Amino acid sequence: MDSSRRKFLKIAGITAVAGIGAPSALNMLMKQEVQASSAGDGHGAQPAAHGGEGGHGAAPVGKRYGMVIDAVKFHENPGMAEKCIEACHSYYNVPDFGNKKDEIKWLWQVPFTNAFPGDESHYKKDDRTHAMQFMVLCNHCDNPPCVRACPTKATFKNADGMVMMDFHRCIGCRFCMAACPYGARSFNWRDPRGSKDGVPFIKKVNPEFPTRMRGVVEKCSFCDLRVKRGLIPLCVEATGDSKAMVFGDLNDPNSEISQVLKARFTIQRKPSLGTMPSVFYII
Amino acid sequence: MYDGGKIIPGLIIFVGLMLFAIFNNAGKKIEAPKVEKPVGYKECVKPVQYMKESHMDLLNIWRDEVIREGKREPVEAGGAMYEKSLQNGCMHCHTSKKKFCDTCHEFASVYPYCWDCHVAPQEDVALKEAR
Repeated sequence: MDSSRRKFLKIAGITAVAGIGAPSALNMLMKQEVQASSAGDGHGAQPAAHGGEGGHGAAPVGKRYGMVIDAVKFHENPGMAEKCIEACHSYYNVPDFGNKKDEIKWLWQVPFTNAFPGDESHYKKDDRTHAMQFMVLCNHCDNPPCVRACPTKATFKNADGMVMMDFHRCIGCRFCMAACPYGARSFNWRDPRGSKDGVPFIKKVNPEFPTRMRGVVEKCSFCDLRVKRGLIPLCVEATGDSKAMVFGDLNDPNSEISQVLKARFTIQRKPSLGTMPSVFYII
Repeated sequence: MYDGGKIIPGLIIFVGLMLFAIFNNAGKKIEAPKVEKPVGYKECVKPVQYMKESHMDLLNIWRDEVIREGKREPVEAGGAMYEKSLQNGCMHCHTSKKKFCDTCHEFASVYPYCWDCHVAPQEDVALKEAR
């Protein structure tokens, strides 16, 4: 009786230790295996990182569209900027609410200190730079903070590296506007289909593109639809042959934009924030 | 039962009232709404039965494909190519929102919010030719 109880307790103890210990030991072994295998193909599996990350492993695959804006050419051709803005805003049914507070902007102009703030030394620029107006738009960042802020994935980066808006999904929380360091996003405080004193907010509705509704955020789309069809963005088209704006694939070393970026000195807006903008300026 | 004299007639009146709508319309034939089909086009991008039942699903699928996946290639119907788009695709042939969309939607008492943003074509004026 005694010896059998002693035996029973021994067996029970060993079983308990084995029962508790074995799974965790197995787990550790399994995890090691998994880690080993992921370390093996980890670099290869890095999905189409759209450029950026400069010099991190293999050359980036896929497209990353970008734009070079020659501010000098815009300065020398007064009226061209307005033409670009008109081409954009009229096609995309961008409403004009008639007051600065509610303004909707896809493409607009700001002076140097507003476009490139932060670097105090830049306030000692030459007179021409101070007199210049800079075309600003969504930078279609490689590391877009708006995309991270959006709770519904209404704004996202597509396969061509463009930061897109899916108006269907936007709930109007405006987190993206808070996240965007360039103020490139506008909120429809009012119904864009409405009118004030008999003047409609959208002068002439383009039947090829939808309008927005109240409570939706909007911004420049880099004319993704046109680019997909092999065309260039409307603003670039409006500059004609002046080459004041150059659009193309930053990942393609032979593209016109890559050549321009190689040949000319360009600056980006607020590069220190690490958003890696895709819009470059020649000043 | 207490107050049976009130409850039972009350119940009968209540049930009668509730069933009135059914009895009133029993046997009557209710005309299905007649939508105006586009003139000069025979085929839609999908079979008619599918379109009748699931056009809203197709629109959602198109929306996701076009915006999120960038699959903008046109779809074929009756030899012509159409854009995957409500405004520029569907409404290319179905030129009247009033006579096509609204007729059915009002009958079924559904009020989709497509047209809060999408621009309906000017009534009876066709968009430009199919690409």
